[in-house]
Amino acid sequence: MIVAFAVALGVALGLVLQPTVPLDLQPYLPIAVVAALDALFGGVRAWLERIFDEKVFVVSFVANVLVAALIVFVGDKLGVGGELSTAVVVVLGIRIFSNAAAIRRHLFRA
Amino acid sequence: MSPPEERGAQMVRRLWVALRARPSRPQMAIAALCGLLAFGLVTQVHATSTTGGLSSARTDDLLGILADLDNRADRLRADITDLQASDLALRSGTGQNRAALREARARARTLGILTGTLPASGPGIVLTISDPQGQVRADVLVDALQELRDAGAEAIQLSGVRVVASTALLDDVGGGVDVSGRRVTPPYRLAVIGDSRTLAGALEIPGGVSDTVGRVPGAHAEITLSARVTITALQVLQEPRYARPVRR
Repeated sequence: MIVAFAVALGVALGLVLQPTVPLDLQPYLPIAVVAALDALFGGVRAWLERIFDEKVFVVSFVANVLVAALIVFVGDKLGVGGELSTAVVVVLGIRIFSNAAAIRRHLFRA
Repeated sequence: MSPPEERGAQMVRRLWVALRARPSRPQMAIAALCGLLAFGLVTQVHATSTTGGLSSARTDDLLGILADLDNRADRLRADITDLQASDLALRSGTGQNRAALREARARARTLGILTGTLPASGPGIVLTISDPQGQVRADVLVDALQELRDAGAEAIQLSGVRVVASTALLDDVGGGVDVSGRRVTPPYRLAVIGDSRTLAGALEIPGGVSDTVGRVPGAHAEITLSARVTITALQVLQEPRYARPVRR
């Protein structure tokens, strides 16, 4: 319940404030969002498999976001930021897909 | 494994319990993270949609986009030059065509008067040969035509028949004169366009057409100078059957 409320609050804040992303953060925000989505799907899958653990979820969520941002940051410093962020998005996309597939199997048994 | 219905019911129960549960601290943390995610998602979507993604693009990508745009601008500029060149060519082509058309029209007019396919008008004379006794023969008229042509006649009409280069005059057996297949009876009326004084003078010289006609019994030639003689009789232009233009 509180999660749904928090999500609604986040969406409403984003829509109402319409914040401009700071220039320094611009390369990291999309990657961070994708990483967080990955963590979210992982959490849902774990919940369906009854191995969900709040601590694991929080840690994996934060760690995912930070590692993704770090990879992009390092890539920017090395001059391969664009390629690395593409790589991160691809890897996270694959993970999201496999998690989504597991969720689907649990929900629809197919 | 329990049957699917039971599993589904179990799942809904679990979800209900999860939703009803009093928020513990870890749940608050999860909620905060999910809210943050939602906030970031909305912000990023908004930023991408308002700036077309350019502001979040990297330097390399921007350089690539810039180079692409430069290339495209160059191509378009080259296109403009090409099109302007063809525009110029077409324009001058149109001008040339128009000049050629004007020339061709002028030539068609000249040729139309020469070949008798166009009506003509201008200064000239009207020569009337009255011949109540029918004694004037074709050769007199031929002489008269020849004399008029010598004097610079540009268009001639003999009693309703246009006289052109191929016109032939014969004595008709029933009286009168056969002009290119059409029978013409006296009085003969020759409408001639040209310099009227020269034409009249050519006809009136001693021993000329007037004298000749005057010697024919009962015949009489009368010349009227006119500032405006109109010739309306037309000849049908016939395609030459044998003669062909020589290719140069």
